[in-house]
Order: sequence, then structure tokens, then C-alpha cells
Amino acid sequence: MNQVFGVPLPALFGQLMLGLVNGCFYAMLSLGLAIIFGMLNIINFAHGALYMMGAVFTWIALEQFGLGYWWALLLVPLVIALFGVVVERTMLRRLYKLDNLYGLLLTFGIALVMEGLFRHRYGVSGLPYSIPDAFAGAFNLGFMFLPKYRAWVIFASLATCFATWFVIERTPMGAYLRAATENPKLVQAFGINVPVMITLTYAIGVGLAGLAGVLAAPATQISPLMGSNLIIVVFAVVVIGGMGSILGSVVTGLGLGLIEGLTKVFYSQAANTVVFLIMALVLLIRPAGLFGKER
Amino acid sequence: MNVRFLGYGLLLAMGLVAPFVVYPIFLMQALCFALFACAFNLLLGYTGLLSFGHAAFFGAAAYTTGHVVKMMGFGPAAGIFAGTVAAVVLGSVFGVLVIRRQGIYFAMITLALAQLVYFVFLQSSFTGGEDGIQGIPRGHFLWIINLGDDRKLYYFVLAIFLFGFVLIHRTIHSPFGQVLKAIRENEPRAISLGYDVNKYKLQAFVISAALSGLAGATYAIVFTFVTLTSADWHTSGDVVLMTLLGGMGTVFGPIVGAFALVSLQSQLADKVGSLVTVIMGGMFIVCVLLFRNGVVGELSGLYYRVVGKRPD
Repeated sequence: MNQVFGVPLPALFGQLMLGLVNGCFYAMLSLGLAIIFGMLNIINFAHGALYMMGAVFTWIALEQFGLGYWWALLLVPLVIALFGVVVERTMLRRLYKLDNLYGLLLTFGIALVMEGLFRHRYGVSGLPYSIPDAFAGAFNLGFMFLPKYRAWVIFASLATCFATWFVIERTPMGAYLRAATENPKLVQAFGINVPVMITLTYAIGVGLAGLAGVLAAPATQISPLMGSNLIIVVFAVVVIGGMGSILGSVVTGLGLGLIEGLTKVFYSQAANTVVFLIMALVLLIRPAGLFGKER
Repeated sequence: MNVRFLGYGLLLAMGLVAPFVVYPIFLMQALCFALFACAFNLLLGYTGLLSFGHAAFFGAAAYTTGHVVKMMGFGPAAGIFAGTVAAVVLGSVFGVLVIRRQGIYFAMITLALAQLVYFVFLQSSFTGGEDGIQGIPRGHFLWIINLGDDRKLYYFVLAIFLFGFVLIHRTIHSPFGQVLKAIRENEPRAISLGYDVNKYKLQAFVISAALSGLAGATYAIVFTFVTLTSADWHTSGDVVLMTLLGGMGTVFGPIVGAFALVSLQSQLADKVGSLVTVIMGGMFIVCVLLFRNGVVGELSGLYYRVVGKRPD
């Protein structure tokens, strides 16, 4: 009774857990993309690059400044958010009146620049980052071993997603944000500083990507290329889920992570492509996406 | 009108003389990418659809051509035809899926589908995986013209390029092209006028895919090898930049952009190495922020300001 279709149960659960961890990253990144798109009407192609920067900065913080994981967890997202503020204030701001494909092209350029710079400096081989002491080891759940760090990643990212949902749906600031997404001119007329809100939204969105990068640093290979591979999958996740709801982004991200994990166990050749195949299927059956509204 | 014909004649003459002045391989590479960029421009510049997955068509055609010519022993013309057909098939599949979602999703869907194709190429045996297909024979065109000779091959490639270019030119200036422009300018209006917008988009997408495939197939014959790079998302990004740099929605912009980028890459590759990506990213940023009309767009705008005529 410890095998399913010839796959040992611990291996199955291990892959599912790994899939769930990946799903957490999908969820955090697609959540950030959705928030930014809602407010700025721009698809942030640089999202993957910012995630990569989050991970590399975590590594740099330890190697160059001797700042450990917890400091990185606090500081790196802020640094990335600050970078986002600069990008929004100096570049994105000029594009709001134009067709939204220019925003995509600009952020694609930013992604190329950042990826190229880090690649030039650090090469393409992975940078090692060991798991912080507090999370060394694993829980014994009886049917499987759950590495403590993976449990932490899942907990931390779900908590972050919940906090984001709470802020947007249950606080006055979130109410302004939702209102400004619907009708920025009217909200501005009520005396709320919409341009600052837009900047903050972008900063928070990319801060989430930075945070995901920090969480990923001990769990995966840190490499300047880690962002571009991920962002394409996240785009597919966004297409599958639609960008309508926060809950939708999170559920879609986690679900696809799990499906990817399952595919790795049962048909590993398709593990890279299963998300894209599901995307094609969703486009055929429900073009607006699982949680999307047809506009 | 006479000035315009003179201009075309001059360009054609330059194209005919060029291989005696410039290294033919470079010219052929630039012509392949110029055709690729023109095909891409039909979609971005004239229909307003940004595809981030065009490398899939370029790569699929290149692999098919390589396979048909090397493994099955067909001639270069049959190989290029087969490659183009493969791109049409793939383009139709992509097109049917992608027109089902509106707006900015277009770019994300094409990118994701192209990545799917990339992984399929990486894993399947007919592409040779990481090694690619090497040593594709150039062969003879119509049994007598030996394409092993760089200069003869150049005229062969030039003829293909001109065929593609004229086809795109005709498409743009046909009633069909006018409908595409109407969709770009105001899609709801085009719908309300009774045009089946999705059908037009799909047709434009397939034509664009076919000509991108023609470019990729020719590329395989010119370089005698195909690798995964041709289907990589970086290649999709390259063709976007060529079109943006030269001027999207202009007839000659993509050609200028392609020649500029190919020469830049060949000049810089050994000098700055991996910083090429940074330079390209910087060009994206500069183009989007400072001259969105591209080189040709800005120049023709300047010309019409001086002469005092509005572009038609």
C-alpha cells in the first residue's frame, strides 16, 4: 500500500511538495503581475528579472555584507521596491497615455538589461546559498519527510498572498486602490493622489517578486537566467487564471504547481510543457480564463 | 510617384551589386532577418498585434527544411517549401488559439506557445536536441545552379526576399490590408462595420507566420545548420527590436532595423561578449521612450514636414 501506479508514496509526496513550492512562486509572481496590470494597465515583463534580482541580492547580502537570511528577507524586497519606484517614476510614467504594448516592450528591455548585467557579472552557473539554520532538517510526517525550509516557503508565501488580499479587499487604502483601478479620474477628483498610488502599486507588485526571489534563494539554484525561464510559465499561469481576482491568481498558481509536480512523477518528459498545454486547453474551452471576465 | 520608383530602382540596384562589395554571408543573414522582420511587421505594424512567439515559426521552418533536405535528400527549393508549409500549419494552430483572447494577452499567449514549441524541439529526436541539425547540403536549384557558391546563393536568397517583400507590400496596400489597419486603429469600430475581425486577424497571423517560416527555411539553407537558438525567445525578442528600431508600420523600417541589428551583433559579439543583451535591452528602452516611430518613421516624418506633404 505504499505505491501508486508503481510510484513509491514518499517520492510522490516529495514531488507534490516540490510542485507546491513552485506553485507558491507562481502564485506570488502572478499576483504581483495582476496588481500591476489592474492599476497601470501594463504587463510587467521585468517581473522575472526582479525575482532573479531578489535571489541574487540575497546572495550578495550574505557574501558582500555578511547579512544573513532574515536581514535579506526584510531588506531585499524593499530594495527591489525602491528599484520599482525609480523605474515607474523615470520611465513607465511616460507611457500611460499610449497603447499598452509599449509598456510591455519597455519592461522587456529592462528585463534584458538586468539579465545581461547580472549574467556578465556572475556568469550562468548557479550561486550556492545554504538553508538558514532555523530551517535545517525536516519534519517527519509519518508518511513522508517534509523539509522545514519547504514548509516555511509555503507558509510564508501563503501568508504574503493573504496579507495582500487583506490589504486590497479589507482596508481603506485597498478601497482607494480598487476605486482608482476602476476610475482614476474620479478618484483623483476626490482629492486622492493617484500618481503616488500608482507608484506604490508598482513598488508593491515588484516587491512581491523580490520577496519571492529571497524565498527562492535557498530552495533553488540562484542564476541570472532563473527569471526569464520562470516568467514565461507565469505568463501562461496568468492566461489560465485570468487577471480578474487575487484568489484566482493564488489558486491557479498553486494548482498548476501541483499539476507540474504530478507530471514530473508520471510523465517527466512533459513536465516542462504541461502548463503551456493546459493554457492551450483553457483557451479552447474557456477563453476568458478560469477566473476571468470577458471584457 | 517617379521619385518613389527611382527609390525602389536604386535599392534594387544596390541589392544586385552588394555581394561584390560586402561579405555575401552577412548580406544573406541580414536578408533572412529582414524578411522575418517584414513578416512580423505585417502583424505588429499593420494589425497592431504584438507577438512574442515568432521564433517558433522561424525555428520550425528551419528544422523542417533541414530535415527534409538532409535526411530525405530533397533539393533546397523543395526543402524551403516544406519549411514554409510547416510554419503555415503551426501558425494556424497558434492563430486559432490566440485570437480567442483579447488585448495584451496576445503577447503572453504567443510567448507561452512558442516556449512549448521550444521544449518540444529540445526533447524530440528529429531536431537533434541540443546539437541541432548540422551539415545541411545547399544543393542545386533547378538541378543546374550550384548554391554552394556564395554569390549564386546570394541571388537565390535575394529573389526569395523580394518575393516575400512584394507579397507583404501587396497585402498592405490591398483592401485586405486596409481592413487590417482599421482593426489596428479601432477594433470595435471595425466590428460594428460588419467585418469579421477574428477572421482577418487569423489570416494576417497565418500570412505572417508563413513568411517568417520562409525566412527561417532560407536561413537553414544559407548557414547549413539549425540550432535551438532559432526557436529561442531571444530570437522572438530580436525580431521585435528590429521592427521597433526601424519603424513599425513602415514599409522599409524592418529592413533597416534588421540590417542595423545584424551588423551590430556581428560587430559587437567578439568585443563585448555577453553585454550584447544589455545593449539590446537599452535599445528597447531608448526606442520606446524617445523614438517610437523608429528610424524610418522619424525620417519620413521629417521629410514630409520639410516637403509639406502628408504621408498617405
